[in-house]
Amino acid sequence: MLGTGLLKGLAVTARNLVGSFHDDARYTTVEYPEVKAALPEAFRNFPFLVSENADDPMGTLRCVACQICEKECPPQCIYIEKSKDKKPDANGKLQIYPAVFAIDTSVCMNCQICVEVCPFDAIKMDHVFEIATGDRFLELLLNREQLAKPNSYFHSIRPNEAAEVDARLAADRKAAEEKAKAAALAKAAAKPAPPAGAPGAPKPPGEPKPPTA
Amino acid sequence: MSSTGESPLLPAGGAHVRAVTDEFHGDLLEVSMGPHHPSTHGVFRMMVTLDGERIVRLKPVFGYLHRNHEKIGESTTYLSSMPYTDRLDYLNSMTNNWAYALAVEKLAGVPVPERAEYLRIILAELTRLQNHICLAGFLLQDSGASGTPLMYAFREREKILGLFESLSGSRMMCNYQRFGGCRVDAAPDWLARARNLVNGFGAFLDEFEELVTGNEILMARTQGIGVLTAPAAVGAGITGPMLRAAGVGYDVRKVDGYGLYPRFSFRVPVGAHGDTYDRYMIRILEMRESISILQQALKDIPEGPVMDPKAKIRGFRPKPGEAYGRIEGPKGEIGFYLISDGTPNPYRYRVRPPSFINLTVLEDLCLGHTVADSVVILGSIDIVLGEVDR
Repeated sequence: MLGTGLLKGLAVTARNLVGSFHDDARYTTVEYPEVKAALPEAFRNFPFLVSENADDPMGTLRCVACQICEKECPPQCIYIEKSKDKKPDANGKLQIYPAVFAIDTSVCMNCQICVEVCPFDAIKMDHVFEIATGDRFLELLLNREQLAKPNSYFHSIRPNEAAEVDARLAADRKAAEEKAKAAALAKAAAKPAPPAGAPGAPKPPGEPKPPTA
Repeated sequence: MSSTGESPLLPAGGAHVRAVTDEFHGDLLEVSMGPHHPSTHGVFRMMVTLDGERIVRLKPVFGYLHRNHEKIGESTTYLSSMPYTDRLDYLNSMTNNWAYALAVEKLAGVPVPERAEYLRIILAELTRLQNHICLAGFLLQDSGASGTPLMYAFREREKILGLFESLSGSRMMCNYQRFGGCRVDAAPDWLARARNLVNGFGAFLDEFEELVTGNEILMARTQGIGVLTAPAAVGAGITGPMLRAAGVGYDVRKVDGYGLYPRFSFRVPVGAHGDTYDRYMIRILEMRESISILQQALKDIPEGPVMDPKAKIRGFRPKPGEAYGRIEGPKGEIGFYLISDGTPNPYRYRVRPPSFINLTVLEDLCLGHTVADSVVILGSIDIVLGEVDR
């Protein structure tokens, strides 16, 4: 009979209308500004820079201005200037730091390539997405002071990934310490020998730190 | 302009006022539909020449969304092109990623672990589900069922996009596949969620079909409208559901057997009439086959790494050579053709976009039909302008 298809369709809409009042599967929207859907841990938006210490964010940035992310960034939205001097990083090792680190969020396309190529776990993706502003130039150009966020913040948005990163960094630190210790031992062993033994040391002098540091 | 070469809109021989009852003297009327017309699914323009209500000529005008995709691909590294492929057909970033990764893997000879292949199939079929359900919703929207079927379709799509988001970090711009595997592994609870969704999707499809498929208005609007014959489809290089609706059983998943598709049992639905209704039904049937593939893949997915251990993120330089990687995307055969000269950037980067090539038969499908039909026909071709214009 002509019209049965229509009536069946209307029955479906009626079922959905009534169902939306008592069935969560049929009522899936949230009232956005008041209620916000929980973000999954993997959610990514704009990058931020991880600093070890919340009290001194600029002094403890993990970034060593190697500029790999700047080169790999597909839309080229990262701008880095290396520092002239060196500062000790979290491990006490003297490192170059970014004198200027700017990300143009109006260009950034949230692809996470910078995070993947970073060998120092220094740049990570943020969960902040409400960055609308009236000024589309300077307000969206974030400098390193705005980008730096402490490791505790990273833990709060991505607990699993942050724990993994911390474990990896601790293992790296331990390996570096052991290597330094071995180097010191090798150097000590090489000392009695003629000066020819000096180049045998794998690391330049000044590198090993006392393990208590 | 009119077929006589003279403009029908500008009267010859100076200004004169036409009588109200003139009815254009049988002249043709040229109408510019778009680029900002909601039915064109983006910024697409149809220059339609009308005889009364009938279309006698249709000139597609596109390029409004041209973003230099292929040239950018030649000036950035192989990895940096991956997020750009998301933005080709922005509904189906997972399949775009896969096609590009497949081309680069062929070029550089990178193997892919088994679990990653399974994940790729799961994600590609989920992508197919959400693309087809979107298409069905939009098709109904185009034929006048304002809102309701589209909202039901989007409700289901949102669940699939939620899965993509919790795996890759982004709902639509997934940027998930890498050369030699996938970026991150899927957690067991993610797989459980996917299983849950797939098991519920069949019931949703039943309800959707109850709402739409038997609808008399839809049948009247789509049956016998925009018939594409099999020879015309093959001659124009049409691929995907549109080709199968025309009665040609060609599916790259079966023909190439890329990935691990030969391990899965699924059928390739084929249409009989090649009209708009067939193109709609093919999508519904393909979704049912996708559900079956997904159930098999989610049951059999093995443990193991998702990335080839030798795969490189930085400093990736394939040896000189060329490769073409293609997969069966939801819209048709999406392929990437790459030539490497041994540098970190491809020497040539070319996309075979299914939307663009399927669009070439638009005029043939629309001739003789009304303007309102052209909207439905365009909807059934399933284009995304990001891919057409690149």
